[in-house]
Amino acid sequence: MIPLSWYLLLAAALFAVGLFGVLARKNAIAILMGVELMLNAVNINLVAFWRYLDVQAIAGHAFAVMVFAVAAAEVAVGLALVISLYRRRQTVAADQIDLLKW
Amino acid sequence: MTPMQVIFIITAVATVLAAIMVVSRRNLVHAALFLVITLFGVAVNFILLDAPFLAVVQVLVYIGAIAILMIFAVMLTRNIQEDGAGEAFNKNVGMAGLVSFLVLSLLVVTLGGWSEFRALPPVANTSGAVEALGLALASADGYVLAFEVASMLLLGALVGAIFVAWPRKNENE
Amino acid sequence: MDPLAALGEWFLNLLAMINLPPAVGQILLYLIGVIVIATVALVITIFNTWLERKIAARLQDRVGPNRVGPWGLLQPIADALKMLTKEDTTPAGADKIAFNIAPILAVVSVLLIWAVVPFTSQWYGTRLNVAVLYIAAVGSFGVLAVLMAGWSSNNKYALLGAFRAVSQLISYEVPLLLSLLIPVLMARSMDISTIVEKQGTLLEMFVVAAPLAFLLFFISSVAEVGRTPFDLLEAESEIVAGYHIEYSGFKFGMFQAGEFMHTFTISALTAILFLGGWQGPLVEQFPILGLVYFMGKSFAVYFVTMWMRSTLPRIRIDHMQSLNWKVLVPVALVLLMLTPLVDFFTKDLGNLFSLFVGSPAELTLSVRAGALLLTNLAIMLGAIEVIRRSVKRATKARVPFPRRDEARPPIEEAA
Repeated sequence: MIPLSWYLLLAAALFAVGLFGVLARKNAIAILMGVELMLNAVNINLVAFWRYLDVQAIAGHAFAVMVFAVAAAEVAVGLALVISLYRRRQTVAADQIDLLKW
Repeated sequence: MTPMQVIFIITAVATVLAAIMVVSRRNLVHAALFLVITLFGVAVNFILLDAPFLAVVQVLVYIGAIAILMIFAVMLTRNIQEDGAGEAFNKNVGMAGLVSFLVLSLLVVTLGGWSEFRALPPVANTSGAVEALGLALASADGYVLAFEVASMLLLGALVGAIFVAWPRKNENE
Repeated sequence: MDPLAALGEWFLNLLAMINLPPAVGQILLYLIGVIVIATVALVITIFNTWLERKIAARLQDRVGPNRVGPWGLLQPIADALKMLTKEDTTPAGADKIAFNIAPILAVVSVLLIWAVVPFTSQWYGTRLNVAVLYIAAVGSFGVLAVLMAGWSSNNKYALLGAFRAVSQLISYEVPLLLSLLIPVLMARSMDISTIVEKQGTLLEMFVVAAPLAFLLFFISSVAEVGRTPFDLLEAESEIVAGYHIEYSGFKFGMFQAGEFMHTFTISALTAILFLGGWQGPLVEQFPILGLVYFMGKSFAVYFVTMWMRSTLPRIRIDHMQSLNWKVLVPVALVLLMLTPLVDFFTKDLGNLFSLFVGSPAELTLSVRAGALLLTNLAIMLGAIEVIRRSVKRATKARVPFPRRDEARPPIEEAA
């Protein structure tokens, strides 16, 4: 049987990689990909705890489904923003989108 | 080592390696394709965790919709920088690596200090989880509020995405 | 005893004789099952290419292939050999890995569906309790394959074709999924074997109670496959061949095989979800008869797709999108709202009528089917009326052909 710790370690690794992507990538779409990785790591954790702690309480499943919905909404709006931005500024590099910076 | 453990290790290694490729490839279409591999690896993990419903939804939502949207967006926003000639990372890359390494070590250390970390056995019986999930999402004692909020969020995202990406008439000129 | 189960038992005993652990034997058996199902699907596809050419020829008053083998039956083998011996080219500047994976993914995405298809009551790859969702999910690999093929070819026609294809496939996934939900609602299960089991008698077949869902599913899955009249993704006359323009030889053959197999797969799925799959007379006594019924129904649906292919012209691209978003999706949404309501309110009507005649269960069944059928017909008539009016309104403005300055009021300058 696979111990719970393995899943948690996998999720931690995925989360760290995703965090690195969010912090270090230049392209706004790549940053969104990093966010997706982090959300997936969270989902693994939710489902793993559901499997190992309490199968009857369906919270792990329910929250994972909510994460799916939030991820879909986030990507739809995020990519719409990126495309709209590209149309106006011809760039999707996050560090060049600095009109509000002083 | 049981066959399940072998499958887990193969999937986990592939998932993490693909994730590292996602955050390091300069060619964004490649990054998105590696993202597909990562997402599929997570779906396999859901199957190993006896959650086939979530695995199928993961493939349907993440690979079928999100990853394909990502590839689409990458293709619609091509320019020289994204075609592989420019930098993949911004100037904070060293700091970012340090922060994520610190987060990883913090997580590992904290989890390692938890007494049940290694010993906890899985719950034996998982049958009927899909039915229970369906009932929980629609019952007042369960998650009907969260469910409705999520549907409102999706509706808002739909309208918002269309509004934001809609080309204005006097743009571009 | 079921012949396949007996064969499996014999194989396990054989392995036990050479002292293999039973777990290994089980895994080997699964592997053989996978290979058998994939081979069956591919062999049917080979036969189908011959059938399709023959029937298309008859519909167009030709003879069709008749040189290789009896009635030209060996023609597909000759075609396959020709494909294999052609030069396998990779365009300069192509993304090699994605270019080579795409055709494999195109075939795999279809083959994966066959894992849950029940051939008879006993013969199926696996019994998944989320099978319907699974079918929808593996379809997304097909979209991915198209996108990868178009992008990696480094050819603008391929990329344009891929964009077209993906916009069509993603749009038609919406009515497809919505109409898939109707059989799920009526069978109270996402398990495809349960859906078949619920369609025991003629009256219980979902096509009787939900003909509109059947039509929606059939139309949108033909669009998913990208066959005529929805073959915009290939459109030889406009974008040469679409996303697989740069493929040749065996890789092109894989795309082709994937498409043919997909057509038969959607025919089989239509037969399973709406026509009762392996259900038929005497099937309880002789389960093997189920295979005959299933194949018969699938080929009947498949014939309709072939008929459509040789009859209808290609749909225009704006018509393709407006048919989806303005007709199929709203109709599917209304149907999805009304079906459970009608189902709920007719649940006890049978008991009411049973005071006068017959047994309650049977009456409930026919009352339910009748009410659902009426609902479907009402929605269908309503949709047709709405479409008729909007077409009338759209054409009325154009009919008298007035001169341009008369036809429209002078355009006011925007402030």
